[in-house]
Amino acid sequence: MDVRYEAPQTLEAAVALLAGATAPAKILAGGTDVIVQMETDLIEPSLLVDIKKIPELRQITAENGGFRIGAAVPGMELMAHKALNKAWPGVLDGVKLIGSIQVRGRASIGGNLCNGSPAADSVPPLIAAGAIARIIGLKGTREVPVEQIPTGPGKTSLAKDEIIVSFFLPARPPHSGDAYQRFTPRTEMDIAVVGVGVNLTLDNGGTCTAARVALGAVAPTVLLVKECADALIGTKVDNAALEKLAAAASAACRPIDDKRGTKEYRIKIAGVLAKRTALAALEVARKN
Amino acid sequence: MAQAHPILENSGFNPDKKLKIVGSSPIKHDGLDKVTGRAKFGADMFLPGMLVGKILRSPHAHAIIKSIDISAAEKLPGVKAVICRDDFPEIKAGSADGDMTRNAMAREKALYDGHPVAAVAATSESVAKAALKLIKVEYEVLPHVIDPVEAMQPDAPILHDYLRTKGVKGADKPTNVVERYELGMGDVEAGFKEADVIVEREFDTKPMHQGYIEPQGCVAATTEDGQIELWCSTQAPWVYRDRLSNILKIETAKIRIQQSEMGGGFGGKTGFYPEPIAIQLSRKAKRPVKIALTRNEVFRATGPVSGTKSRIKIGCKKDGTITAAEAELIFQTGPFTGSAFTNAPQAMFTRYALKNVKTVSYEVVSNRPKVNSFRAPCVPQVVFGVEGVIEELARKIGMDPIDFRLKNAATEGYKTIYGDVFGPIGFVETLQAAKKCDHYKSPVPAGQGRGTAAGFWFNRGGETTGTLNIGIDGSVTLILGTTDVAGSRISISMMAAEELGIPVDKVRAVMADTHSLGFNRVTAGSRTTFSTGMVIIDSARKAITELCKRAAGIWGVSPDAVTFEDGFCKPAGANVGSFEPLSIAQIAAKTMATHGAIAGHSEMNVTGAGPGFGLHIVDVAVDKETGRVDIKRYTVVEDAGKAIHRLQVEGQFQGGAVQGIGWALNEEYCYGKDGRMENPSFLDYRMPVASDVPMIDTEIVEVPNPRHPYGLRGVGEVPVVPTMAAIANAIGQCIGVRPQSLPMSPPKILKLIDDHKAKNGG
Amino acid sequence: MAKKYHITTTVNGDEYEYLCEAQQTLLDVLRDELQLAGTKEGCATGDCGACTVTVDGTMVCACLVLAVETDGAKVDTIEGMANGNELHPLQRSFLELNGSQCGICTPGILIAARELLKRNPDPTETEIRYWLAGNLCRCTGYDKIIRSVQAAAKEMRGA
Repeated sequence: MDVRYEAPQTLEAAVALLAGATAPAKILAGGTDVIVQMETDLIEPSLLVDIKKIPELRQITAENGGFRIGAAVPGMELMAHKALNKAWPGVLDGVKLIGSIQVRGRASIGGNLCNGSPAADSVPPLIAAGAIARIIGLKGTREVPVEQIPTGPGKTSLAKDEIIVSFFLPARPPHSGDAYQRFTPRTEMDIAVVGVGVNLTLDNGGTCTAARVALGAVAPTVLLVKECADALIGTKVDNAALEKLAAAASAACRPIDDKRGTKEYRIKIAGVLAKRTALAALEVARKN
Repeated sequence: MAQAHPILENSGFNPDKKLKIVGSSPIKHDGLDKVTGRAKFGADMFLPGMLVGKILRSPHAHAIIKSIDISAAEKLPGVKAVICRDDFPEIKAGSADGDMTRNAMAREKALYDGHPVAAVAATSESVAKAALKLIKVEYEVLPHVIDPVEAMQPDAPILHDYLRTKGVKGADKPTNVVERYELGMGDVEAGFKEADVIVEREFDTKPMHQGYIEPQGCVAATTEDGQIELWCSTQAPWVYRDRLSNILKIETAKIRIQQSEMGGGFGGKTGFYPEPIAIQLSRKAKRPVKIALTRNEVFRATGPVSGTKSRIKIGCKKDGTITAAEAELIFQTGPFTGSAFTNAPQAMFTRYALKNVKTVSYEVVSNRPKVNSFRAPCVPQVVFGVEGVIEELARKIGMDPIDFRLKNAATEGYKTIYGDVFGPIGFVETLQAAKKCDHYKSPVPAGQGRGTAAGFWFNRGGETTGTLNIGIDGSVTLILGTTDVAGSRISISMMAAEELGIPVDKVRAVMADTHSLGFNRVTAGSRTTFSTGMVIIDSARKAITELCKRAAGIWGVSPDAVTFEDGFCKPAGANVGSFEPLSIAQIAAKTMATHGAIAGHSEMNVTGAGPGFGLHIVDVAVDKETGRVDIKRYTVVEDAGKAIHRLQVEGQFQGGAVQGIGWALNEEYCYGKDGRMENPSFLDYRMPVASDVPMIDTEIVEVPNPRHPYGLRGVGEVPVVPTMAAIANAIGQCIGVRPQSLPMSPPKILKLIDDHKAKNGG
Repeated sequence: MAKKYHITTTVNGDEYEYLCEAQQTLLDVLRDELQLAGTKEGCATGDCGACTVTVDGTMVCACLVLAVETDGAKVDTIEGMANGNELHPLQRSFLELNGSQCGICTPGILIAARELLKRNPDPTETEIRYWLAGNLCRCTGYDKIIRSVQAAAKEMRGA
């Protein structure tokens, strides 16, 4: 029942603590999942490594025309960052839906991802955005596309000694837009029954030249669905394209029945929401 | 038969009396503590040497408890007491007390996921939690049953071998059906023959939780000579005391319960949960013990509302006259009886002047937590169906639904199915006010649907006590027994001030402990402002009689020669003599020289509660691709008799309606195949948040109840009675098919839309 | 004995020192160690907002912060909301308009509303509703809470 708390100041120290842990260790970022899991006896870590005092995890910086976001930057700080909001409104749509304002005062996108929930709201738009996670561990640093991190409910591809340091969001070509929408019974304070992230780029004539579509809460992990993207690329995102997108989204679902929604319902809503989210992304793209 | 109390015979209600305080909205005296964080709720008591109590709960829905080994837990450093069934007196199963003690701590069997099986008291929470893990319980898991209809089947797992159905002749086999209850009037068959239109539908509703934000919290302290002090969040201090006395075999004089501020109850704090456990831990540990339930425990093991299945049939003539009504109702009650299901057949049609009614109701046990009261226990669930059939009939004969209700509305003199004859009631006035209100008159916005529904509640009286003390400066303190669930202290203070003719700021009310007053029935059924108000008005009148006596003594005249008016004792006429009127403060200043303190005290079994009626109007929009329902506009019209404190009355209307919105749209218990609750958290239980609802408009109708000195009727129950029905009716208008199952969650609504489309050729 | 940490935290302007276990939350410590029980526990999982406080100016659920994380931090709770005998305008409007019924959610809602008005002195009804979505109330139906916030905002704007 003894729990040890450490708050290292450097990445190296944090990695060393994790690597050296002989009993279950847990990384503490915003704590909005970890503390709940401790409170409800789902996890019983012997070591908590608080990574919020490590500078690299707390900064938002410009990089190669894009952004590098520290993995532990709280949601409210991300929401207050004007340039980031302008470039990646869809990523911010996801952030804004994590818990309440109180929760977002602490919760981070690194934590949202590492918690491993297929319903995590910031993950589909990050995947749609093509975000790359920078991971540090005993063996050094590696750069990994976000979609390769979750491996199942509550599980990630990170090794025991690894920490996500930051996410890189690339520069935006002209006429690009992204959006994230989710479906929940309540307006707020809810877990996505389905979440859809869409990121697309148009040419000067309004034809979609690139797209990425990610679906949340419809499979053990968030899905990056190529068929959805293909439904949009080369079209003007007209009704026919949207119908194809919806069908591809529904076809990609491998959901479960649970307290938050039935299989049948999730499959149907994935299609509805894919269309709506694509239209929202389209509107953004047309303005940029 | 004891003689009825004078105030119950003649309340002194005077419709022409000009009221100075009643009907306004002064700041409640307990409000300041609530906005500053000083108010002390159940978990806010701290005593020196206090231990932390934690409860071990069954992970099984139905299991024989073969053995419990607490020895390892007892040895853990910091653990001061471990208890289980062996620490509670043996009481025969199947009796009221037997059920109560078994619900508090499982005995032979664990009967639901979350049923307490053992508990520890330790010096810290972490030690207590570690100790729980050291308790070894050996279970023999049995098949379980969650759904009440499944529980009624002949091959269903039986919860109690001793149970036989009450109300069925020759019932000799073990069953899960606690009772069959038939209630009716007139000739239903003849009535249906007269009908031009008959609608018959089946409905089901799910258990919902009262959802109070404050989990049960208590601190028990005991002394060497066996006295017990219990601080807890409760709607029923005296009922808790008497039941604790019964199950723990301790005399009532040795149990002193002090009610804390209560952070919401809505019926859910009318029966105890951690309190007997805290007491037994404290007796064993010889130290004070606090138990504050977690939200998970609150959901898994405290009282939800009965889920129901119902079949409802109503017939009417083309002119709208209802000729007959029939219902078959099933109520789920958890593992023990206590749903108060007989309320339902008594109240479900009551508001319409029906002559021919037949109802058959069943109460059924299953492996879920024992149900507890909730606003108008068991009535909203069945009104969900009744008011759906009512609106459907109205539309079938081409009548406005409110006109249809007006056509059938009960009025003074109607003899109800439960035998009472209505005095002056305000159902017609409520319906008329609804027709005239801005919401009903305005057109339904495009794409939306509008529904209405009506509701009724008896309102209650019951055993009540109270004391009014006048201080030497003329200010007044009230000692009240009933719990203040939503501002009754200020409302009752207002009535005392009105009687005494003093400003309400000169009155302060406290909630008594169980040693300070005689028995008070539970604060429930919309009885408190009415009943405790009666008792305090009666106390004030007694104090006034005494004030007049004192004034008479000061003046040297007969007490009959003194009258009391607007806060002053005055000579009753010119022939009495010429005396300057004496204020309460002036008389009180002389109490030392006269006969000591002036007070009034009253206790009575209050009768004369005036029934309450309401009508709700709601506009909804439905997302036809997802089935999500959005409440766009909501109006509550309800008869308060007389609104004592207007803002509080509005608050009751609004709060009830939004609880109903939650029940209507999303709230439900999800059980896995293993019989465990899958959503025991606020996150997954989905009560409405601020952004889910609109402003709730209110219209207070005032048709006085003459049995109360100021005409009031209880207002706490009715606001939730019609809500789900009104919303369902509105959804029906929007999507073309009226939902018959709660909650009306997006998947269910989408399925209705899709099925309806398929049936009507897309 | 469980391992304990020595923590120094400024709460409502006063410095407190205490010992706590690593898994104890700020809520546990405020209530059980410092007996500042105005901060309420409704769920301990961040779903009800009854324990809303600010830590270094950020609004959080005290149940989702470990006490050890607040070493050296400034915590503000409901007990520090009034300025001596002078109530905050929100406290007054909640009294006058009956924004508080049973009162258990009130401390959290007052803190949350104060933080809203600091950032947005003239919020719309919708903005208030979404800002307060993390604060459950079961008594009022939210109507009088929203009106109380609107009234206080108006007063604070001097409108």
